[in-house]
Amino acid sequence: MSDLLFHLFALLVVACALGVVFNKNAVASALCFLLSLVGVAGLFVLLDAFLLAVLLVLVYAGAVVALFLFIIMLLDMQGGDRKRFTKSTILSSTVAAGLLVTGLVSFATHGLVETADPATVKIVGSSLRAYAEQLFTVYLLPVQIVGFLLLIAMLGVIVLSKKFEGLEDVK
Amino acid sequence: MAVVTVERKPLSFLERTYLPNIAAGLATTFKRMVQPAETLEYPEQRPAIPAGYRGVPTLVYDPNGREKCVSCQLCEFVCPPKAIRITPGEIAHDDANAHVEKRPEEFKIDMLRCIYCGLCQEVCPEEAIWLQNQYSMTGYTREEMVNDKKRLYELGGTLPDAHHKWDKKKAAEEAAAHGGAHH
Amino acid sequence: MFDFYFELPLLLRLLLQGTVVILALFPLAAACSMAERKISAWIQGRPGPNRTKPPIAGFLAPLGLVASIPVLGTLLQKFGIFQLAADGGKFTFKEDPVPGHVNKFYFILAPIASMIPALSTVAFVPFGAYFNAADELVPVALAHVDVGLLAVFALGSLGVYSLILAGWASNSKYPFLGGVRASAQLISYELSMTLSVLPVFLWVNAPGGQGTLSLFDVVQSQSQPGFWGGTWYVMTMPVSAFIFLIALFAETNRQPFDMPESEADLVGGFHTEYGAFKWSLFFVAEYAHMIVGSGIFCLLFLGGWNPLPWVSLADTIHALAHILPCVATPLFMALIAIGIFLGKVGFFIFFFMWVRWTLPRFRYDQVMTLGWKKLLPLSIANLIVYALGIAWLQTR
Repeated sequence: MSDLLFHLFALLVVACALGVVFNKNAVASALCFLLSLVGVAGLFVLLDAFLLAVLLVLVYAGAVVALFLFIIMLLDMQGGDRKRFTKSTILSSTVAAGLLVTGLVSFATHGLVETADPATVKIVGSSLRAYAEQLFTVYLLPVQIVGFLLLIAMLGVIVLSKKFEGLEDVK
Repeated sequence: MAVVTVERKPLSFLERTYLPNIAAGLATTFKRMVQPAETLEYPEQRPAIPAGYRGVPTLVYDPNGREKCVSCQLCEFVCPPKAIRITPGEIAHDDANAHVEKRPEEFKIDMLRCIYCGLCQEVCPEEAIWLQNQYSMTGYTREEMVNDKKRLYELGGTLPDAHHKWDKKKAAEEAAAHGGAHH
Repeated sequence: MFDFYFELPLLLRLLLQGTVVILALFPLAAACSMAERKISAWIQGRPGPNRTKPPIAGFLAPLGLVASIPVLGTLLQKFGIFQLAADGGKFTFKEDPVPGHVNKFYFILAPIASMIPALSTVAFVPFGAYFNAADELVPVALAHVDVGLLAVFALGSLGVYSLILAGWASNSKYPFLGGVRASAQLISYELSMTLSVLPVFLWVNAPGGQGTLSLFDVVQSQSQPGFWGGTWYVMTMPVSAFIFLIALFAETNRQPFDMPESEADLVGGFHTEYGAFKWSLFFVAEYAHMIVGSGIFCLLFLGGWNPLPWVSLADTIHALAHILPCVATPLFMALIAIGIFLGKVGFFIFFFMWVRWTLPRFRYDQVMTLGWKKLLPLSIANLIVYALGIAWLQTR
């Protein structure tokens, strides 16, 4: 039963992820992304990590994808002409893909997942208290750093997009 | 005239939160809610018709059962939408009302054209056509919406008459005929 | 008496429970639409729908027979119950056109998607509680999970997609604007809503306890003995309750926040192009959201199924059991608890409608200003004050 569900959800996640990439319609892509997230949430539920599943749905499916859709609709994106790949695009994408693959392979071969006790992993995923404890003790620094990264990105967007008309005088 | 500019008072903090006004509004609507409904439940309850109401035009009998209309066709001429069609007719000599001489053979009011202006009633020298209390005319066909003479009298019925002018005329004629015999 | 039920396989039992709740939610949502019409009528000095009466002949004969019962029939007719049935029949059977200019797949998907959050959030709402054989209080809920409230929020936040999709797939100006408004509004108010309930859980999750986001535990913490144990959170945290209530209005697209479908400027908003059954699905979803939202509010701030502040359900049942022993049986107790809870929810539904027929609609920029510049700072300040206060109280 659990195996069957795993295969179902995994298939959903992968198929929808492919749908995100290959769909020409931006809205359809976003919706595929949504379904893919729901599939991942389902996988979390199969791992008894209810909290993670719920948070994933709440934050990503509930808010982030909705914002994506909002932006897509606001800009009224039409498919447009596909840009030719430039050399720099090919180079940078190859590097990025290489980094990702290296990371995944090293992660898998170093066996970081194996070393953790399955019981504690389970508890962290499902119990609010254990999750919070991990978040505010072991992973406090990474969480803060990620938060700052997001903040910087947000500030950058504001600086780039907003016209500071008042600042003309200052110059 | 001098224009007086009234200084707009700044809103207080409470007013800017909207809350007191929302509460007051809720109180008002709640009061309305517990009050009985103002609606008239139409087919069962009918509105009170005020005097002088201009409803469907009808033809009336006088208290003696005589058709008051003498088919003078003034209403037909005055009718702005030309809703009235009258076919005048003679009253037979052996009739009790033979002295009135004329009555409508057919009288049709097309209620699809009628605008309820009341000019027909205004102009009628015989007070024979009355806009009465009936306000709802319905029908499935155009033909149904044309009131013929029979229907007009059904709707109109009998109205009291203060003058009985044709009776007086008849009496005067008879008296004259009688007196003439004496002379 | 009900042992046979508990001997059924778990999957079948869950399926049955789910079906029952959904079957209850659908007519409840429909009844809400009639309640709305009646309340609007009363506020406006009208009697509201009170005439529809099924004929005794034909295929409606059973309904007609009910209608001809002397007092009950007239009462049902007066309260528009048959009108409701007629409307339901109309929505089900009338022609359901799909305009030619729409994106057909998403156009049909949108109302179906609206049912997912509407009918699934209710699974996490406990309706009542009863004592089991071991004299422990057990919640009556489809899924009693530790992350209850988060799950409701998570699933509820999916509701925005049906609006966006409907607006976008309609491929027409006003529905599109409605969809855009809906997405912006729902995301904006979700923040304040989530922040406003945090003080409640800070208080519930006292140090040393097992961390929980369960709605059942929130109610439990409002039914403790003693003065502070028995107060409802609406008294100790009025600002939280207030923010939550306003955000609830905005999240359920109710007046004065019904921007996505404001008929004055957007014809019908996101559902302008919809008709018949698909339109009624949106309608049911909106009312289902209202029911679930009111339920959450009652659980968080109004003591759930406790009849009065400082009077918990358990006390009431114990007191009543002296007079009527049968009250203490699980079935009766659960029914009483559900009754009290639904009563509170019903009041809130009424409140929603009462507000709708009282207040005018906000302008859209006012909605955004209120959400981001007033409510969000207020909820953050509220959270900080309560966090400090609770920390001070609980470490003392």
